[in-house]
Amino acid sequence: MSHAHSDAGAGHGSYGSYAIGFILSVVLTAIPFAMVMSGQFSQSVNLISMLVMGVVQIVVHLVCFLHMNTSSEGRWNLVAFLFTVLIIVMLVGLAIWIMVNADMLMMPWMFQ
Amino acid sequence: MSSTVMHSNHAVAHDDHAHHDTGGNTVFGFWLYLMTDCILFASVFATYAVLVNHTAGGPSGKDIFELPYVLGETALLLVSSCTYGFAMIAAHRGFKGQTLAWLAATFVLGAGFIGMEINEFHHLIAEGFGPDKSAFLSSFFTLVGMHGLHVTAGLVWMIVMMLQVSRRGLTDRNNTRLMCLSLFWHFLDIVWICVFTIVYLMGTI
Amino acid sequence: MFGKLTLEAVPFHEPIIMITLAVVAIAGLGIFGAITYYRKWGYLWTEWLTSVDHKKIGVMYILVALIMLLRGFADAIMMRGQLAIAEGASQGYLPPEHYDQIFTAHGVIMIIFMAMPFMVGLMNIAVPLQIGARDVAFPFLNSLSFWLFVAGAILVNVSLGVGEFARTGWVAYPPLAELGYSPGVGVDYYIWALQLSGLGTLLTGVNFLVTVFKMRAPGMSWMKIPVFTWACTFTNVLIVASFPILTATLGLLSLDRYLDMHFFTNELGGNAMMYINLFWAWGHPEVYILILPAFGIFSEVISTFSGKKLFGYASMIWASGAITVLGFVVWLHHFFTMGSGANVNAFFGVATMVIAVPTGVKLFSWLFTMFRGRVQFTTPVLWTLGFMVTFTVGGMTGVLLAVPGADYVLHNSLFLIAHFHNTIIGGAVFGYLAGFTFWFPKAFGFKLDERLGKGAFWCWITGFFVAFMPLYVLGFMGMTRRLNHYDNPMWQPYLIVAFFGAGLILCGILFQLAQLVVSLRNRESLRDVTGDPWGGRTLEWSTSSPPPFYNFAVTPTVRALDAFQDMKERGEAYLRPDHYAPIHMPKNTSAGVIIGLLGAVFGFALVWHIWWLGAVSFIGMIATFIARSYNEDVDYYVQPDEIERVENRHHANFAAPRSVLNTQPVAEQI
Repeated sequence: MSHAHSDAGAGHGSYGSYAIGFILSVVLTAIPFAMVMSGQFSQSVNLISMLVMGVVQIVVHLVCFLHMNTSSEGRWNLVAFLFTVLIIVMLVGLAIWIMVNADMLMMPWMFQ
Repeated sequence: MSSTVMHSNHAVAHDDHAHHDTGGNTVFGFWLYLMTDCILFASVFATYAVLVNHTAGGPSGKDIFELPYVLGETALLLVSSCTYGFAMIAAHRGFKGQTLAWLAATFVLGAGFIGMEINEFHHLIAEGFGPDKSAFLSSFFTLVGMHGLHVTAGLVWMIVMMLQVSRRGLTDRNNTRLMCLSLFWHFLDIVWICVFTIVYLMGTI
Repeated sequence: MFGKLTLEAVPFHEPIIMITLAVVAIAGLGIFGAITYYRKWGYLWTEWLTSVDHKKIGVMYILVALIMLLRGFADAIMMRGQLAIAEGASQGYLPPEHYDQIFTAHGVIMIIFMAMPFMVGLMNIAVPLQIGARDVAFPFLNSLSFWLFVAGAILVNVSLGVGEFARTGWVAYPPLAELGYSPGVGVDYYIWALQLSGLGTLLTGVNFLVTVFKMRAPGMSWMKIPVFTWACTFTNVLIVASFPILTATLGLLSLDRYLDMHFFTNELGGNAMMYINLFWAWGHPEVYILILPAFGIFSEVISTFSGKKLFGYASMIWASGAITVLGFVVWLHHFFTMGSGANVNAFFGVATMVIAVPTGVKLFSWLFTMFRGRVQFTTPVLWTLGFMVTFTVGGMTGVLLAVPGADYVLHNSLFLIAHFHNTIIGGAVFGYLAGFTFWFPKAFGFKLDERLGKGAFWCWITGFFVAFMPLYVLGFMGMTRRLNHYDNPMWQPYLIVAFFGAGLILCGILFQLAQLVVSLRNRESLRDVTGDPWGGRTLEWSTSSPPPFYNFAVTPTVRALDAFQDMKERGEAYLRPDHYAPIHMPKNTSAGVIIGLLGAVFGFALVWHIWWLGAVSFIGMIATFIARSYNEDVDYYVQPDEIERVENRHHANFAAPRSVLNTQPVAEQI
């Protein structure tokens, strides 16, 4: 029984992919932390860069550590993940929209 | 549940293929479960977002977060993701001893992460900033704590895996389970990216 | 030692409850006594309780669902009886604190402990057979799911005799559900019952998704999957996407109650409306979870009994998919009046109305399926036709409620109650009862008595209209929900009529109980000898009734939609191979039972704050799971001689051409 098939359904990596993933993750973590801790940047600059780098780091993790790809083995994993992202975007986005609107109408002084 | 389809020479190959696929089914099923865990976390993140400013006269994130400390926690978790990856490579190549060693390293790093988190929580509660003091604090403790509980569950699972691998070796069953734990462990690191960005970094700016 | 639990928890002073408990105790003793007398404990344990066979698990789900239907319906009759008399000076026989528990329990039981298990049970019985599989992807997990559900059901039922149930309504909104306004144990019973059964449901969703994705018979590509399996697949997608939201929401509520946190409290920054928001983000997909499989059943029933393939199969699938995705952007219509403003209300109102479109597509497809078919008016077809009429009314009132302006007048009135009962009873319940009649012979080997079935249907549908049409009127007249008493004499006639409607439904249920008894008694004359009592079109009808425990001696090769019908038309149905190969099957296990029952203990312990017991049972659950993972003796091979014996017995029932299967190569699974 070949062990190569025993983790069918998810890919497997090499030292290389983990190393690349690690280095990229360190960079993508260090930069936002340094920016915020330095206090040198405006709030919106900080916000946008941490969000962008966070998203990029998640993709790095997905590709380098979780080996997500479009191969025939990984395809349904990718579909499931994208569907989950869709649900989360709708759920969190609409929930915040709903609650912020409710707060604006119920507690208008908080938004003055 | 494999069977041979009678009327074909594919019979034997089909049987093998189906038998192997039970591991693949397990990993796919576990992936689907992880997707549900994503939505679980998303619900709590949404709650955090709604309640983050409800500090009820108490402290906000700016007052209680220590970014260097969080950076340390992040480093532990990130390195542990790497060490688990090395464990998987060793398992893939059939090296039982190496696998166990990297798993142990991962465990130590993960336990270190939990230790740091417990320490952080303990300090906050001792200073009077416990989860019962405001909606913001409830959300903070719950979101970060829920991630911590998941990591702890992963650590327990890791111990069981180390015991099972050392006793029975790198069997198909154990390899499948190591794969599932791998998905779990990396997924928790991804959730942590969201935590340090949305909770700690956003809470400080 | 016992936390908050004392003897005072038993409501000795409530005659209705004590009489109910006495009856239940006597019935329970009777059943236990009979099992002991006939020495069936061993049989029950090895053949049913520890079974990992999807067919048996499905039967057990439905059995529990039917028992809970009786309790939920008893709640309904009590409420209708109270409202029929409690006008003006008359206070009726149910004081508010009791009535509140009844309407809460009614909702929780009917949705979570009747409709959900009924649906999951039918899915368990039919789906693996329909796709030509031998079992689900994770048989042990299937057993565990069932026992977690039972744990939840146990908690709901224990709450009747030990303590109390929630008085908050089935949605348990804070701040009423918080400690400040619900200091008793009722809400805690609610929380743990739903958390345990919810976990079971979530695992079922994962299980069946992997099953359908990975275990279809060779040749069964996506667009050859039977429509009921498609419907269940969309349902399982809804389950895995929505149930985590419920877990989180109830988790946060329990943190408020147990650890004094402030997610939804009035003080210290909590926001009760966030609970409502999160709850319905689960709650709306939940109702689509209930209805989609029913739609699938109607499709199967109509095509089978019209002798025609389903009209517009592809558009049916797309419509179900649209409903699945759209179901996630409409949930605010449950709280238009909560004050998020016109823009938010408009978006969700429009989205809600849009969902009516794919549902309409389905209705026309069913009608076109019947057109030019030879429709046999069997009981399942009657349920289907009844559904078409009833659900259309309910759907239309739903579109009316989707208009935020109208909803401001009708929110939480009896109009709303009538609408959702209209769609749930007319849609989901009629569907499950159709499916029950349709697949009963497959599960048990004999059909249900047709005449009693028809009698049940007519009582149900008349009873439904008599019970709920007055509620639409009362909604327009301004009567709100959850009242145990009222002062407007103009409302009373309608409530009396509604009470008689409930009585008619009771007759329907009695017909169904009678049908079970009579059919069991007459089972030889009702026997399904061939396994295909209706001229079925899908693979489950190619097996014997009941199927062998391994389902298929040879995994079928699928060449077309309606695979069995296709096999019949090619003359390939019932062919037998000249030899059999060993079949790999899972072994039964007690791990699911043990974990589930420990779950019930865990829930009970947490309800009563018996912390040591909670810790012990929780650790026990984990330990059992880990112990199970050490067990390598979890499967076995069924040998060809046993398979041959089973198959011979079945094929002796009817003359089948004893020829060898043709030797075409296996079609690649697409």
